[in-house]
This record gives sequence, C-alpha cells and structure tokens, in this order.
Amino acid sequence: MTSKVASYFTLPKLSYRVWRVWRRNFDVFMKTYKANFVPPLLEPIFYLVGMGFGLGGFVQPQEGLNYIAFLAPAIVATSMMFSSFFECTYSSFVRMYYQKTFDAIIATPLSLEEVIAGELLWGATKSLINSTIVLGVILAFGLVSSPFFLLIPLVAFLAGLCFSAIAMCFTALVPNIDAFNYPSFLFITPMFILSGTFFSIASLPVGAQIVAKTFFPLTHAVALSRALAVGRFSTTLLLDVSWFLIVTPIFFVLSINLMKKRLIK
Amino acid sequence: MSEILVRAENLTKKFGSVTAVDRINFQVLKGECFGFLGPNGAGKTTTIRMIHCVLPLTSGKLTVAGVSVSEKARELKKTMGVAPQEDNLDPDFTVFHNLMVYARYFDIPKAEAGRRAEELLKFVQLEEKRDVLIDELSSGMKRRLILSRALINEPQILILDEPTTGLDPQARHLIWDKVRSLQKQGVTIVLTTHYMDEAAHLCDRIVIMDNGKIVEEGRPSDLIKKHVGEEVLEVAYDEAVLKFLKDAFPNDRLEVVSDRIQVFTTQPRGVFAEILKKFSFKAAMIRDANLEDVFLKLTGRQLKE
Repeated sequence: MTSKVASYFTLPKLSYRVWRVWRRNFDVFMKTYKANFVPPLLEPIFYLVGMGFGLGGFVQPQEGLNYIAFLAPAIVATSMMFSSFFECTYSSFVRMYYQKTFDAIIATPLSLEEVIAGELLWGATKSLINSTIVLGVILAFGLVSSPFFLLIPLVAFLAGLCFSAIAMCFTALVPNIDAFNYPSFLFITPMFILSGTFFSIASLPVGAQIVAKTFFPLTHAVALSRALAVGRFSTTLLLDVSWFLIVTPIFFVLSINLMKKRLIK
Repeated sequence: MSEILVRAENLTKKFGSVTAVDRINFQVLKGECFGFLGPNGAGKTTTIRMIHCVLPLTSGKLTVAGVSVSEKARELKKTMGVAPQEDNLDPDFTVFHNLMVYARYFDIPKAEAGRRAEELLKFVQLEEKRDVLIDELSSGMKRRLILSRALINEPQILILDEPTTGLDPQARHLIWDKVRSLQKQGVTIVLTTHYMDEAAHLCDRIVIMDNGKIVEEGRPSDLIKKHVGEEVLEVAYDEAVLKFLKDAFPNDRLEVVSDRIQVFTTQPRGVFAEILKKFSFKAAMIRDANLEDVFLKLTGRQLKE
C-alpha cells in the first residue's frame, strides 16, 4: 500500500534536456507569435472597460480600492491560470495523443520524465508571457501604483508552474480530450469567480473562504498579484507564497508519475 | 562470426494479462539487416520498442552492444535511429525544421545539424520540400522524412517499424534502395514487416513471430527451401486431379486454397515440369516458392485480428 502511494511520488531524474522540450514549444510559439500575442493584449481591455468602467460604477470599493484598481491585478492573475492550465491540458494532450510528439521525443536521448517536465516549464512560461502582456495593459491604464509590480512575473512563473502541474495530472487521467470539460467547468470556472477576483474573498461565507484558500491556487495568485500591484503588504502574503512552494512540487512530481503510468506500460 | 549487437534471452513483455512477447531468444549481428516478420499482433513492434529502450521489459534479458537496455537507455538511444510505424513528425514545423528540432534532442550543434539535414534531405530526395509543412507531404514523402530523421544522429542501429506499409511501389522501392545503401555503409538494420517480398529483398536473416513467440528463424532462402522447397505447382481444383497429385507426391504437402491446389515438394527443381509435360491440368502453373508460402505455412491462413 505505501509502495503504491510512493510510486506516485517517485522523484523524477531530470537533466538540462528538459529545456530541449521547452525550446521545441517555444519555437512553435514564436512561429505564430502574432496569433499568440494579440489575444492576451486585447482580452484584458474588454474586462477593464466592461467590468471595471461599466460595472465598476455600481460597485462599492473592494478592500479599500476602487473597483477597477481592485479588478486589474486579478485579471493579471487569471491570465496566469488560463494560459498555463490550457497549455498543459488541451495543448499537451494534442501533442501527446494526436501528434505523437512525446513518442517521437522519447526515441531520442530524452526520457518521458524530461518531456513532461519540459511541458510543465513551458506552461509556466506561457503564464509568464501572457500575464506580463496583461500587466503591460493595466500599467498603460494607470492601474498599477507600486514599483513592486516588477515581481509579478516571478509570481506568474511560480503560479503558472502550479497550474501546469495540476493540469498535467488531468491530462494524464482523462480518457479523451472532451473529458477536459470536467476540470474546465468544475474547477477552473468556480476558481475564476470565487478566488477574490471580482469581489473581496471576505464577502464569501466562511466555509467558501476556507475552500477557496485551501484548494484554489488562483486565490493565492490574485492576493500576490494585487499586493504587488498596489504595494500593500501583510503577513498573509507569506502564506500565499508558502502555499505555492508546498503544493507546486507535489503536483509537479505527481503529474510526471501519472504520465509515466499512462504512457509507459 | 560477426559480433553480436543485439541479444535477447527469454525476453518477455506482458500487458496486464496479455503476453505480447513470450520468452523469445534472438541475436542481431553487427552490420546485418535483421527482420521481424509476423501477422498483426504477433509482437513485432513490442519487441523492437523494447530494443530501442522505450518499453520496459517484463522479464528476460535484452542487451544492445553488450549493455542492458534497462540500465543505459539514454546512452543506447544516442546510438540508435528509429523510424516508427505511425507518422509522428512534428506538424508545427517545416520539413527542414523537423530535422533541426530532432537534432537538438541529440545535442547536435546547430551548424552540424544543418549540414546533416541538408544532406539527408538530398539522400531521401526531399530537397524540394525543404520548407514545406508536414501536412502538405504525401504519405510516401512522410515515410522518407521519418527515415531521414532517424538518421540525423548517424546511428549504428537503424530500427524500422513497417517502413513501407501503405506506400505505392515507387515509394517502396525508393525506401528499399536507401535501406540497402545504409546497410552497405555499415549500419545495422532491424526492421519489422508483414510484406514477404520486403523481407526477402532486404533481410539477411529473419525471425517469424506468431502469438508472441518466434516460430522460425534463418536466412529467407534457407527457410523457403526448408519449409516449402524450391518450386510450387498450382492447378485449378478438381477432385480427380487432387487424387492424382496425392498419388504422384505421396510424401509432399498439398494444400487446397479456395479453388486452387498447391503442391509443395522437397524434390529438386524440374519435377513439376516433368509432370506437366506428361499430363495437362487446367490452369496449371509452376512458380518459385517464396517467403509468403513459408509464412502462411507457419502462421496459418486464418485472420489474426
């Protein structure tokens, strides 16, 4: 029994070769960079205009911030989630299942463990790239008031790695690509709404607050992003960082082992 | 005696309760072209996936160049080139870029990779498709590109899983030419096929697999001689003719396949011609015995899947 559990948490043996996989994905990304850069540039503008200016007129200040300044850093955080989660679910699944890219790579000196680790690092990078573009947009809108915003990309990479690793666990488990509807609608959607993104998490019932803080990485990404954008720090931020530092390695290792169980029979 | 490059001892692979490869033994010699023949599901692909270190063994021993595949997978994979059965080219890249990205996995420096890629595209006659996306290639072109990709690391062992399945005759012959010229250059080739003419054409030695076991091994010509003789007589089915032939060849094998009678004999060449001189049968023909006869004799005629 313990050995069965342990088999899900065997530490992967990785080498610099994980960057070869990362680089393959980066090369593809750069080939279609126009299609990749435009959506993260435009999407936050819709949110800011529609929800910030539109809805914001009716909403009282949240956590002492006017609504649009409250919302803007959260949109940076949601872009971390969406970009990395979808990269390591749908896109990784396509590479694994339809394109047989993983099969092609493991016929070379790379191992499957390195392929998956490379995918996860790439997912984290997608989070970094997309959320930095969004950050640029909210900067341009004058919605950033602290120089600590420069640390947000760091959060983006860490949170992105966490979302990627959780996503990769689903990718290892789903029977087919349509099954991603479950995590997308039952995990990502509630997280998107309930993580202190659109309203202060303090407005939620206590039970929901505990769920959001325990199970939703986005809660912590939003808290960190908001604190760094407006320069308001408290000791609870240490909890947010710790949450990622504990949870990310667990899912990182778990996702690689689940993938090995799926692909190496 | 040449050096043994790949050695399997009681090699076994189980998937759950299904035994895909069942305690097989074989040796591949350095510089030869070695073929795995067998119907679909015989265990050929499973076997070669174990050789190229991507499928763990269930039991038994498998060494390449004296090194266990379970222990030194990374080192061994550096020396092997693999052309899989299914198309796993990277559809996001052009033909040339596919080779370049693949070269990177082997740590081949960019300039060297570029030189090799250009050379390989020439070798498989795809220079004109250099900057084309994979989707625009025909299936024959894809096979050639997969072959060239397998050569990017200048492998000592080239593993080809059904290299010509689904190709037209021109494309098949082109691949065969390339495989032969690689063998001349000293590359050891391990291939699977269910085309008998392909095996007879390319392979120095073959093993025939069925239900995860090796049922026969040897040189194609020796196997033909051993199991089906040199010639086969085929005539249209007729009760009287069948009886006559049974009397004429009491120690030989007669087979009725749909509406034809086939006679296999261990007697020397010419015996059928003698018979045909004396008697005339409907739709009679004498043909050379081939590997397909051996294959069908050993693995049976019923469908395997």
